[in-house]
Amino acid sequence: MSEQSIPVTVLTGYLGSGKTTLLNRILTEDHGKRYAVIVNEFGEIGIDNDLIVESDEEIYEMNNGCVCCTVRGDLVRVVEGLMRRPGRFDAIVVETTGLADPAPVAQTFFMDDDVRQKTRLDAVVALVDAKHLPLRLKDSREAEDQIAFADVVLLNKTDLVSEEELHDLEHTIRAINPHARIHRTERSNVALRDILDRGAFDLQRALANDPHFLDHDDPDHVCGPACDHDHEHGHHHHGHDHHHHGHDHHHDHGDGIHGTTIQSVSLRGGEVDPKKFMPWIQKITQLDGPNILRLKGIIAFPDDPQRYVVQGVHMIIEGDHERDWKQDEKRESRIVFIGRELDREKLERTFAACAA
Amino acid sequence: MSRAAGGCAARLHLDKDSRMPTVAPLDLDGYCLFAGFLGETPVFALADGTVHRLDNGHQSDQVHDGLTCAVVSLDEKALITGGEDGLIKRTDGAGASEEIGSVGRKWVTTLAAGPQGAVAWAAGKQAFVRLADGTVKDFTEERSVEGLAFAPKGLRLATARYNGGTLFWVMTAGKPIDLEWKGAHTAVMYSPDGKFLVTTMQENALHGWRLDDMKHMRMSGYPAKVKSWSWSAKGKWLATSGAPAAIVWPFQGKDGPMGKAPLELGTRGDQMVTAVACHPEEDIVAIGYSDGMVMAVRFADSKEVLLRRGGKGPISSMAWDREGYRVVFGSEEGDCGVIDIRG
Repeated sequence: MSEQSIPVTVLTGYLGSGKTTLLNRILTEDHGKRYAVIVNEFGEIGIDNDLIVESDEEIYEMNNGCVCCTVRGDLVRVVEGLMRRPGRFDAIVVETTGLADPAPVAQTFFMDDDVRQKTRLDAVVALVDAKHLPLRLKDSREAEDQIAFADVVLLNKTDLVSEEELHDLEHTIRAINPHARIHRTERSNVALRDILDRGAFDLQRALANDPHFLDHDDPDHVCGPACDHDHEHGHHHHGHDHHHHGHDHHHDHGDGIHGTTIQSVSLRGGEVDPKKFMPWIQKITQLDGPNILRLKGIIAFPDDPQRYVVQGVHMIIEGDHERDWKQDEKRESRIVFIGRELDREKLERTFAACAA
Repeated sequence: MSRAAGGCAARLHLDKDSRMPTVAPLDLDGYCLFAGFLGETPVFALADGTVHRLDNGHQSDQVHDGLTCAVVSLDEKALITGGEDGLIKRTDGAGASEEIGSVGRKWVTTLAAGPQGAVAWAAGKQAFVRLADGTVKDFTEERSVEGLAFAPKGLRLATARYNGGTLFWVMTAGKPIDLEWKGAHTAVMYSPDGKFLVTTMQENALHGWRLDDMKHMRMSGYPAKVKSWSWSAKGKWLATSGAPAAIVWPFQGKDGPMGKAPLELGTRGDQMVTAVACHPEEDIVAIGYSDGMVMAVRFADSKEVLLRRGGKGPISSMAWDREGYRVVFGSEEGDCGVIDIRG
C-alpha cells in the first residue's frame, strides 16, 4: 500500500533573492507536474487553485542531548497532513525564511520516521542575490550556511553586476561549497529540471549523477548552460581541466576577503578497511557533527565489487553500496566534509589510518 | 463521567462460547481521520473534507475543502471539525453544518471539545476558545500550539507546545501555568479526574505531570510515535499506540504510572498498534493494527477476541458507543466500518 515516496525540494535564500519569482515559475510553468508548496508567508505566491500551505517555522531540538539534532516541527505536521491526500500533487517544495538554517529542514526528512516513510529529500537549492551576496556573507552566518548546505546554488540577478564581480562571487561560493552546482540566472530563470528532481540525497543517484565528484574543487568550475552533469558524457564541455590535482588534499579555506568561516576538507586515498572506516566515520560525525554541515563520499573497500557511498548532514549519516566499480575506474576512496572549524590535520591523519 | 447502566461486560463475549462479532463495512475513498458516534449514529470524518454518517443508510456531506482534525462535542450531539480551509465547523446528527470559527488562510492544527459547549482550536501560535454563547477568546503562545485539551471541569485549557505546555483559565484573568519539559510536545490530554496531564512527544514517548505538585512522569520505550491514546473506565488505565502491543499505563494510584511497568496487550510480532479505544465500562481495550486488524483485549487476563481480520490499511481512528456494544473504526485507506460485539 505504500505509495511512491514524494520528492521534496527545499528552497533557501535571503529576502529579495528571487524565491517568490522561482516559486511562481514552478507553479505556473507547463511541466506536467503538480506541486504542493509550503511557505512561511503567502506573500505573492501562486493563485487560488494552487496547493500552498502557510506554516510557521518551528525548530524543535530532539530530546537526545544532541544540539544539532533538530527538525522542523511544523513540517512534520504539515507533510503528514499533505500525505493524507497524496493524489493532489507529485512533489513538495518547502520555502524557508530568509534567515533560516537549512539543516533542520533537511534533517526532518531523515529523523522523523513518518515523514521519512512517505517523502524523500530531493535537493536543497539556495538562491543568492549577486548584488548583495558579499554584504550578506559579512553580516550573517545563515547566508554562508545556505550556500554550504546547497546542492544547487542559483546565482541570481546576474544582470546587476559585472562579469568580473560574477567571477569573484563564484569563486567565493566555491570556497564555501566546492560541490554545489552553480547556475547563473536573471530573474530566477533557471531550467526547472536543473533544480527539481535532482536526487541529491539519493545515495544511488547523488554521486552517480555527478561523475566529476570531487573534481569540482577548481574554483572556476561553474555549471553553465552547456554543463549537464546528468549525462555521464565521455568528453568535457568545459574549457578547464577537471583532473589537474596532483596532490591528495585540497585546501579550500574560506577566503578572508569575504569573511567566510566555512571550509571544505577533501580527503582522497586508496582502498580502506571497512572495519576501520565504519567506526571512524561514526566517531567523526558523533564528535564533530555540530560542525559538519554536509559530507559526501565514495569509498573503495578491498574485494568489494561495488562502490560504497556515504553522505551526511551533521550527525546523520547514511551509507550504501551504489554500483559496481567499472573496469577502468581507479579504486580510490574520496570523501569531502563541508563545515566549520574542521580539524583538517586530524581528518587527514585519521582517514589515512583507515587504509586497507 | 456518568455512563449508561453497566452490565456490558457479560455481553462482551470474551469467553469460549462467544458468538463471532459482526462487521458492517463502510468502504470510503480516502484517509479516515476520525471515527466516532454522534449519539447512536456512527460518523466518519475523512481528510478530503467529507463527513459520513450511518443514519438510515449512508449519508455524506462535503464539510471542508480538506479536513485536518475532528472531535465530538462532550454531549455527543455534534462533530466539530477543522480544515485546510481555515474553518471550524459544527455538524449535527442530521448532517447540518455551521461555521463556528475561522483562522484565515492557515490550516487548523488541532481541536478540543470542552465542558459547557466550549470548543477550542489552534492555528500557528494561537489558541482560541469559543463559548456556547459564541464569544471567542484567544490565547497566544511563543511557539506553535500543537495540542489542546480541556480540563474535565472548570473551563481550563491546556496546550502542548515546544518545551511543555500551558494551562490557561478561560473565563478568568488568572495567571497561566507554565508546564515545562524539554522537547516538542505534540498532543495533550487530561486524565478523566483532572489530576494528571499527559502529552505525546516528537520523540517516541509520553510525558506526564501530576498537577497537585507538578511531579513529572516519563513514559518512554516506544518504537514509534504515540498517535492514539484512550483512558479506560474511570481513568484507571491509559492505553496507547506506538508499539507492536497496546501499552497500557496504570493510573490507579496517586503516583500514576511512576515506577510501574505498563501492561502490554494484544502483542503481535509483525504489526504495529495504530489505534486504541477503551471500553466505556469495563477494563477492555479495542486495539487497531497497521494491517487493519481489530482486537478486543481484557486487561485482567490479556484475553483476546478478534473483532476484524484485517483490511486495506492501518486503523487510524476507533471509538466505542456509549453502551459498549459497538466499535466504529476508520482506516488510512478508507475501509471503515462498525463492529457489533453482540454478533
